[in-house]
Amino acid sequence: MSVGRLSGVLEKAERLARDTSLEAVRSWKERTAGLALGFMPIYVPRELLHSQGVLPVGVMGGGDDIEIIRGDAYYQSYICHIPRSTIELGLDGSLDCLDGMIFPAICDVIRNLSGVWKLEFPDKLSRYLDVPQNFDPAIGGRFYRDELESLSRDLTARGAGPYDPGALRSSIAIYNAQRRLVEDLYALRRDEPWKVPTTELYTLLRAGLVVPPEEFSEMLRDYLSAVHEDAARKPMDQARVVLIGSFCEQPPLGLIKTLERSGCYIVDDDLVQVHRFVRGDVPLEGDPLDNLVRAFLTQAVDSPTRYVAAGDNGRAAVERVRRSGAEGVLFCAPSFCDPALLDQPMAVRAMERARIPWTAFKYSENGGQFQVIREQAGTFADSIKLWSEASS
Amino acid sequence: MTAAGAPSTAPARKDDSQLRQKRMMAEHYGRLARSPRTGEKNVYTFVPGNLTELVRSFGLLPVLPEINALQSAMRGKSREYIATAEKLGHSEDVCTYVKCDVGMLKSGNVGPTGEPLPKPDVLLLSYTGCFTFMKWFEILRQEYDCPVAMLHVPYQGDGEITDAMRRYVVGQLRDVVIPALEKLSGKRYDEDRLRGMLALSAQAEEDLVWVLRSAAHRPSPIDAYFGGVYYIGPMFTAFRGTPEAVDYYRALRREVQERIDQGRGPVTPDGEMSDERFRVVVEGPPNWTHFREFWKMFADEGAVVVASTYTKVGGVFDFGFRHDPSRPLETLAEYCMGCYTNLHLPGRVEMLCRYLEDYSADGLLVNSIKSCNSFSAGQLRILREVERRTGRPAGFIESDLVDPRYFSAANIKNRLESYFQMLAHRRGAA
Amino acid sequence: MRYCVGIDLGSTTTKAVIVGESGEILGRGITNSRSNYKVACDVALAEALIDARFARVSGELTPAASDAGRRERLLRGLELRFREQQYRSHLACFAAVVLRLLDAGGPASDARAAVEWILERMSAETSALYAEGGRRKSDFFRDMAGSRYMHLAEQASRERGASFDRMAGLFDKAILEVENRPADPDSFAIHARAAVRAMGESLPGLGEAVERAAAVPMERHAGVGTGYGRSTLPFPKDRIRSEILCHGLGAHAMFPGTRTVLDIGGQDTKAIQVDSSGIVTSFQMNDRCAAGCGRYLGYIADEMNLGLHELGPLACGARRAVRINSTCTVFAGAELRERLSLGERREDILAGLHRAIILRSMSLLARSGGVFDEFTFTGGVARNPAAVAALDGLVRENYGAVSMNISPDSIYTGALGAALFARRETVRPESAGAEARA
Repeated sequence: MSVGRLSGVLEKAERLARDTSLEAVRSWKERTAGLALGFMPIYVPRELLHSQGVLPVGVMGGGDDIEIIRGDAYYQSYICHIPRSTIELGLDGSLDCLDGMIFPAICDVIRNLSGVWKLEFPDKLSRYLDVPQNFDPAIGGRFYRDELESLSRDLTARGAGPYDPGALRSSIAIYNAQRRLVEDLYALRRDEPWKVPTTELYTLLRAGLVVPPEEFSEMLRDYLSAVHEDAARKPMDQARVVLIGSFCEQPPLGLIKTLERSGCYIVDDDLVQVHRFVRGDVPLEGDPLDNLVRAFLTQAVDSPTRYVAAGDNGRAAVERVRRSGAEGVLFCAPSFCDPALLDQPMAVRAMERARIPWTAFKYSENGGQFQVIREQAGTFADSIKLWSEASS
Repeated sequence: MTAAGAPSTAPARKDDSQLRQKRMMAEHYGRLARSPRTGEKNVYTFVPGNLTELVRSFGLLPVLPEINALQSAMRGKSREYIATAEKLGHSEDVCTYVKCDVGMLKSGNVGPTGEPLPKPDVLLLSYTGCFTFMKWFEILRQEYDCPVAMLHVPYQGDGEITDAMRRYVVGQLRDVVIPALEKLSGKRYDEDRLRGMLALSAQAEEDLVWVLRSAAHRPSPIDAYFGGVYYIGPMFTAFRGTPEAVDYYRALRREVQERIDQGRGPVTPDGEMSDERFRVVVEGPPNWTHFREFWKMFADEGAVVVASTYTKVGGVFDFGFRHDPSRPLETLAEYCMGCYTNLHLPGRVEMLCRYLEDYSADGLLVNSIKSCNSFSAGQLRILREVERRTGRPAGFIESDLVDPRYFSAANIKNRLESYFQMLAHRRGAA
Repeated sequence: MRYCVGIDLGSTTTKAVIVGESGEILGRGITNSRSNYKVACDVALAEALIDARFARVSGELTPAASDAGRRERLLRGLELRFREQQYRSHLACFAAVVLRLLDAGGPASDARAAVEWILERMSAETSALYAEGGRRKSDFFRDMAGSRYMHLAEQASRERGASFDRMAGLFDKAILEVENRPADPDSFAIHARAAVRAMGESLPGLGEAVERAAAVPMERHAGVGTGYGRSTLPFPKDRIRSEILCHGLGAHAMFPGTRTVLDIGGQDTKAIQVDSSGIVTSFQMNDRCAAGCGRYLGYIADEMNLGLHELGPLACGARRAVRINSTCTVFAGAELRERLSLGERREDILAGLHRAIILRSMSLLARSGGVFDEFTFTGGVARNPAAVAALDGLVRENYGAVSMNISPDSIYTGALGAALFARRETVRPESAGAEARA
């Protein structure tokens, strides 16, 4: 019975995760006549969108499912893959049901993509969402609040509902609940990784990008109870690793499979980071917009796209390793990813100081060749097990 | 007139402005080299969003790692510096300015005059128009363990500067940057002194813009790209706001006026050009490792660059902006936000179309730089849009800032020659 | 006959096209590129002149003399005999050089016996090589002679114990000398006469036609060079035109309705837009990386132990195209082996590989401005049926119904364009001057 339930959730998740032409969004729009706005990785204030009746839709590239015909005409070879597939999806009609796109501040490639979008789709909303790198509430906080208010006005001008603090509080509550469920999922995987293969976790997270938050929360709840009941999942002797660098252009599913099959339990990662960007609940009392701002300033997860004010690049990554009881780090970044690759030497240095084993490789979202990575990850996993045996 | 095929060039002669500029830069580097002994403090910062007036109003000396990197490349050192950085784990995929700088600092931090550069006393992280800047100074902070003052300059995502954006930058100037500079220099912020310097900046900007606009003449008395990088030197490095800069630009203006009066073309590596055949607008930074060779590819074809966007990375002054002493911090904020790489793509398209028109250019050439995503990401789309709007042909070449492995002279020459021949034939057929 | 010549010096082959006063093509010539660029150009031009003279022969024979079918057969036969005579002539020269080099290396009677045997066998084989229906690997002397020599050298090494390396080394030295000798301007006269004599059956008037064709004075009016390495072409700088422009004009000449041209060469790909006069308005090149070019197919052919010309037909037998993500030549072999080990059919993998190459061309075309009617596809890969099918499908899907032009002579596109540029400058001196001044 439970296996049927599990496979039901997974089937739905797989369908949604691969839904690059956004059928789920189309049917939502037909049912509700609401606006849907696409957003690119890392972080957008989904609560605000939701509170104005807008469905936030995560657009995280075309993965390995779509063939790039026109997207490659926009970008030279030494630029990552995600803008190509995103443009491709825009041009082939997959994103037609979206009323616009939000491009959060990630790096210069995505920043410029917001401008390409304006040139290519002048009738759609194309909004660059600058986020502060100054975290003083009176300065960066004020700026961010201004940004959010401006975004809110843009939404209303496009036909969304007006800003309403009560509605925002409700939306915050809904997303708080979802965040808790995501944390539960991650905690389960951390504590009993054999129960939550990362391929399944990742598929769920991707699925959560194209459905309303309530629906995603339900899927998470179903999955969590179903895996507990599945006795067939047994522990294996795998190395516990943290995956770092996959916060924007996502790895192909085949890569994640390869890592798990080569002897690794991924016990923490930055995949589909939007679901975990804010740590803990956003408070409900007081001005909800201020709370969103404060959450961004003080509760945000560390990311190479975010200025490290305290001057200790890499410390946050080391803490993640410790918190998740991991034995090593896989630096797994897309080719040409400035944030991940510029940050990596600093993170590596911190790992070496903390004597945490690590290895590194690059991918592209549409890669199909995993032989080399399999060898590398396998060797790494073995060496970790040898290390831990030797030091115990 | 010239024999068919070759543009004629008179023997090379260094202009006064070139010599003066060399002197200014040499003096500045000398001062930096002596600073550990003299006790003068320095501030490392970036060309886009360079707050030279503010820094110098505290009596502090600016250091620009980007300039160090390009100088290393022109002196042929960048290959080994980049190799050093890559051996230390820096990726092949990232900006070569950063790697060149890391390699340079690991090799003794020797500057362009052969003297060592001082370690940074403070890193003024002016995050303007380029994400990589942020990581660059995080890396340097880790190397030097020195204080960082972060100035986050917001992007003109919708092609405008809003009150909120201005407020954000001014707030950081007041609460982060100025206190850091006060602490370092031991002096209080002197707004009057700053105003005085801003007034001088505006004067120099006036003359610089006049010089840039001189390229509208036929023949153009200047090359606005290869020659242009020398003209913007004092403006974008350590001298804006100083009397030396005012003098320099006044002298440069006189020099250019003389060229116009005598109907002379610009200086090239092989002497003065006297047969202007093609007028082009260039988008994108130049290559530094093969700078002269690259320049010659243009000069040999009689091609003059009449306008470029690279010469606006440290500030856009030719669309009306001047530093305004009556609103010192606001004007610094607006200056930063107006730098070329902080403009949104439609704004860049607009600028390029204006340049093609205002400078009577035959076409656009895009030099797409592997290292610089800020410039490069979306350039192909910009190119097509500009072509569509102006009807003038665009050419596309690829190279890099300071990594010689990414400059293939044969390929670039091939594409350039094809482009110029295309321009010629379109004119002939018309 | 006054002609203008265009020479396209490529990395593998050098092509020449000569055109007459009205821009009509008089002759085409092709030869393998070689270390002496001037000789390569001269040989290509000589071949084009030979081609022109053969065309004259054909024209000289009055149709009334005999039925068209027989005439065609005999003309073909004449050409075949001509080539045979040429080959024999080169072979004799080659033999002399080989023996001279061998003797200069000191006494080595074993080697000499073996080499003499090889040369004798090569000479004896010639008739079979040039018999009706005889199969030749290539029409270039270096390839044909090289292939036969090496094959025989292996045999000699096995049976006579002679050193293969020594014999191979001899070939390498000798061929360099032989093929870098200047072209013989009397080649047509000498070899065509010999060919006529060698033909048993003859057409009345054939001998006279040959004599008349041989006697036509060919006067070079102007010439333009283009292609890879063109800065070292034996042309003055102002007689050199970019391959982009030559290609555009050449495609326009072959198909006057052309607006978009795609050329997939051995190591670079060009996407060119031209206007109604054949002038280039925009172009993009992929010249930094061989991915998606002909060379990639060469690697695949090697990996699969197939001839290059076999890949296309095999791929056409696919049931579906396997998704190939990278056309990086470095990984070509690995990708191929992985797919095969996963049980994919060769045909399906090949179809995927062809599609992947064409996708790269589609990007380049998009960058250059798109695909407009009519669309001309040139280059070696244009002879590959699977590549053509993939391109046709993708163009249709993305740009609608666009007519695609492919010519069996597309390898001469650049040289044709160059020749036409040369002609333009003789016909319109004022515009030529403007171009020179521009």
